[in-house]
Amino acid sequence: MSKYVIIGNSTGAIGCVEGIRSVDKSGEITLIASEPHHTYSRPLISYLLCGKTDEQRMKYRSDSFYKDNKVRKMLGKTVVSVDNNAKKVLLADGKEVPYEKLMIATGSVPFVPPMDGLDKVKKRFSFMTLDDAHKLEKAITPQSKVLIVGAGLIGLKCAEGINDKVKSITVVDLADRILPSILDYEGSAVVRRHIESKGVKFYLSDSVKTFEKNKAALVSGAEIDFDILVLAVGVRPCVTLISDIGGKVNRGIVTDDKCRTSLKDIYAAGDCTESHDVSSNTNKVMALLPNAYMQGETAGINMAGGNAHYDNAIPMNAIGFFGLHIITAGTYEGESYTSTADGNYKKLFYKSNRLKGYIMIGDIKRAGIYTSLIKKRTPLCSIDFELIKEKPQLMAFSRKARKEFLAK
Amino acid sequence: MKRIYVDEKWCLGCHLCEYYCAFANSGKDDMAKALKNVKINPRIQIEEKDGISFAVSCRHCEEPLCVKGCITGALSVVDGVIQIDSDKCVGCYTCVLSCPYGAIMPSESDDGVVQKCELCLKNSHGKPACVEGCPNRAIIYEEKE
Amino acid sequence: MAINFLYPEYEVIRDKDKCIGCRVCERQCANEVHSYDEDSGCMVSDNAKCVCCHRCVALCPTGALKIVKTNHTFRENANWTGEHICEIYRQAGTGGVLLSSMGNPKNYPIYWDKMLINASQVTNPSIDPLREPMETRVFLGAKPEKVEFNSKGEIKNNLTPQLKLDIPIMFSAMSYGSISYNAHESLARAAEELGTYYNTGEGGLHKDFYKYGPHTIVQVASGRFGVHKDYLNAGAAIEIKMGQGAKPGIGGHLPGIKVGDDISKTRMIPKGSDAISPAPHHDIYSIEDLRQLVYSLKEASDYKKPVIVKIAAVHNVAAIASGIARGGADIIAIDGYRGGTGAAPTTIRDNVGIPIELALASVDQRLREEGIRNRVSIVVGGSIRSSSDIVKAIALGADAVYIGTSALMALGCHLCRSCQHGKCNWGIATQREDLVRRLNPDIGYKRLVNLLTAWNHEIKEMMGGMGINSIEALRGNRLMLRGIGLTEVELNILGIKHAGQ
Repeated sequence: MSKYVIIGNSTGAIGCVEGIRSVDKSGEITLIASEPHHTYSRPLISYLLCGKTDEQRMKYRSDSFYKDNKVRKMLGKTVVSVDNNAKKVLLADGKEVPYEKLMIATGSVPFVPPMDGLDKVKKRFSFMTLDDAHKLEKAITPQSKVLIVGAGLIGLKCAEGINDKVKSITVVDLADRILPSILDYEGSAVVRRHIESKGVKFYLSDSVKTFEKNKAALVSGAEIDFDILVLAVGVRPCVTLISDIGGKVNRGIVTDDKCRTSLKDIYAAGDCTESHDVSSNTNKVMALLPNAYMQGETAGINMAGGNAHYDNAIPMNAIGFFGLHIITAGTYEGESYTSTADGNYKKLFYKSNRLKGYIMIGDIKRAGIYTSLIKKRTPLCSIDFELIKEKPQLMAFSRKARKEFLAK
Repeated sequence: MKRIYVDEKWCLGCHLCEYYCAFANSGKDDMAKALKNVKINPRIQIEEKDGISFAVSCRHCEEPLCVKGCITGALSVVDGVIQIDSDKCVGCYTCVLSCPYGAIMPSESDDGVVQKCELCLKNSHGKPACVEGCPNRAIIYEEKE
Repeated sequence: MAINFLYPEYEVIRDKDKCIGCRVCERQCANEVHSYDEDSGCMVSDNAKCVCCHRCVALCPTGALKIVKTNHTFRENANWTGEHICEIYRQAGTGGVLLSSMGNPKNYPIYWDKMLINASQVTNPSIDPLREPMETRVFLGAKPEKVEFNSKGEIKNNLTPQLKLDIPIMFSAMSYGSISYNAHESLARAAEELGTYYNTGEGGLHKDFYKYGPHTIVQVASGRFGVHKDYLNAGAAIEIKMGQGAKPGIGGHLPGIKVGDDISKTRMIPKGSDAISPAPHHDIYSIEDLRQLVYSLKEASDYKKPVIVKIAAVHNVAAIASGIARGGADIIAIDGYRGGTGAAPTTIRDNVGIPIELALASVDQRLREEGIRNRVSIVVGGSIRSSSDIVKAIALGADAVYIGTSALMALGCHLCRSCQHGKCNWGIATQREDLVRRLNPDIGYKRLVNLLTAWNHEIKEMMGGMGINSIEALRGNRLMLRGIGLTEVELNILGIKHAGQ
């Protein structure tokens, strides 16, 4: 019997392996995943398309990772259910794998809302996995007119990835701005102008009313010719393995700060979960790679009998489009401070003596100092806030704090 | 493990650490050749204000948020030293977002991969050049409990 | 604009091929010699401000800098030298007394360099200090006339307080004020590690340094700054400063600008006020008055501490020393005319006093002749530059030496002799916080320890060569010295034979 069973092979799963191995060097680990590939970094698929990386370099861990960590891998196998009473998982091929501790790191899948005439579109893609990227890459030609539905992180990264290889790209989104989940209106406009300057067209506050084979009619009345459609409206956490057996699920699988689900000996990490955002003091799905790793690692340590807590998660994103870098973190509430010096955009949000969130576009140097203020909930009265508003710097901290940072 | 510690009490704000860092990582064997007419982008950087100054470089944290957050696996811990595989890095700057000290930064390279202090273990200098170059022992490299 | 009569003494030579524009020279020069010219993208220098302290040269990472003496000249004149001419221009411009610092730099004879040390051959064989014990420990203080026994036949302890020195070298008086906190800390820590003493000067003792008390000599000078009961009892000995080699007959003056918070507390004077030490002690006009002060201090310290009286080497130094010995001092410190200072009128520094070598020889001789040499130890200072100077001093009759300038050089001093400006780029003779910081005592104290450890090794080597294994046996052993190129009178005063004799 395998001591640890991990379902999934992306960041949460890898974090879990490393977490387990930091405590238990030898307990048997079985890792089961539907995708047949060596673990790879999902966010890199757009970099793959534009040639900034390749399949070898986008491997999230080295070729010898499974061997080095004594992981029995079962790739290309799909888990269909979990029997938490008998403590085993059932695979699609009928096999059963028993576990002592189970990790659910099943991630999320693209969410496709019902849209009129969608089934008439032949060349229709999503943009989540390596296979998705390969399919899209095969389909596009220099003559392609691409329509992307969704101006979020996935849709726009896709646009960047293929922009040089296609004739045109049009992006449609129901929201009034691009990247609505991470940017305010002004910041969004800065990024939008930059992406537009690369030839991408946007239809915002708009949506597709009906699809024809090569045409989309928008609610606003506009019509868009296209031959390739990418759907990047959103994602849905894969929660059924837990919800099917009565585990607590809201939008994602509910986990506590030790990354346990409501079911005994079952843990969960990554995009399939919901966790606590300390910046807004709410529980939410934070589908972010660093978050997935931290959850996976925390779970792994706890699964192996250690004692780890992950209790300072916040939403945060580092992303770039066509050379324009964006870093954001936290929650956008409370008072704000905006600076637009030297063509950069920066906005800090603060409330009740705490930094709550920030947006930096262009100059992103040392952003982590702000992130840390949010995560640690540092009282702003304990630092020189006026100074740190100007730029992230340790000078704004007390001499004692600096000593703690640099001399210890 | 041995780490770099900075004592601002002795920092003169002379910026020599930055230049010795830039030289050590230049791959050249002559400082004048390496840095003449070059705007340096060192991995250790001085903050200064009102007579206070101190150098900031990677702390090689035991719980490295940069490594854990790295989306490509380009950052890793090798014998306690946080190293960057610039071949794997795509310049997403999640590490910049994560580092509480602001000690990891975009490099000058065209593809914008990040750079950070690797204690000069990977360059020809072999030991921290900033420490050797500090005239006042404000930067030390030692084992502390 | 008025005519500028003064031409820069030094020129900054910058190798443009090597300069990388890092601006460390600019940041490190308190005299603001260097600056960055945005237009040309080059570093430029204002030679007129350069004091030749070499801070920029030492820190330039590419070795792009050197400082040279200008070859700009006046018409050759053996009598009216450029220096005289410039000083006249300066005084004609300001009407003021010219100030200088550190020791007399003039081309007077240096007797150390005119004496040679003996070595054993064949008979009385030399000793290898690496194989055999070699004693450089010295006890300073009055030595009893005779060994006394009690009724049981045991030796009576009739010894007055002594200072125990593991090496025959002490750090001479330099006040907190004339030198920085970090310089003081370096000296104190080095004295502790070396088993010797440093000296507060007349600046009082900073509260942080009381812990070094067992290795501290506390000074009482004419200004009485920082003197109180705890201070007198904090040190291992008390020194009355009657004079200083760099400025015999002159008091001292610490400008108010240097009297910050810490110094004001340590000296017990208001912040920002000038600290003026009078030329004389206003309560001492005779040897009897001096004796009163000596005994007042002994009384205040319960007769547990030796009292040192420090004087400048002047013409009748031997008679003065005799008086001091009879006045009850345990140790006489004599400071030669090359001794350093934080500031003195140039004309005094360069023209008043006599060489320490001659003063020492005559004092030792006189006290022997009077049969009171055992009543006092003799410590000499005023330009001890090397271990051989020390060996020669001890052979001439000194018990130990004081070093000031050499110690400061170990800390980084480049003898630019600009202490009076208070902008010491090496963090020594300054109270400016940003400059003081440049001297990290962790580095400084170690360099002092290194220097004195090295000298002590060399002293042992030279003693071994002479076949002497105890520094006590070298003291006053003038047969170990020969003069070279000296006149009969000089040889007589020094009490040595000429080489070859």
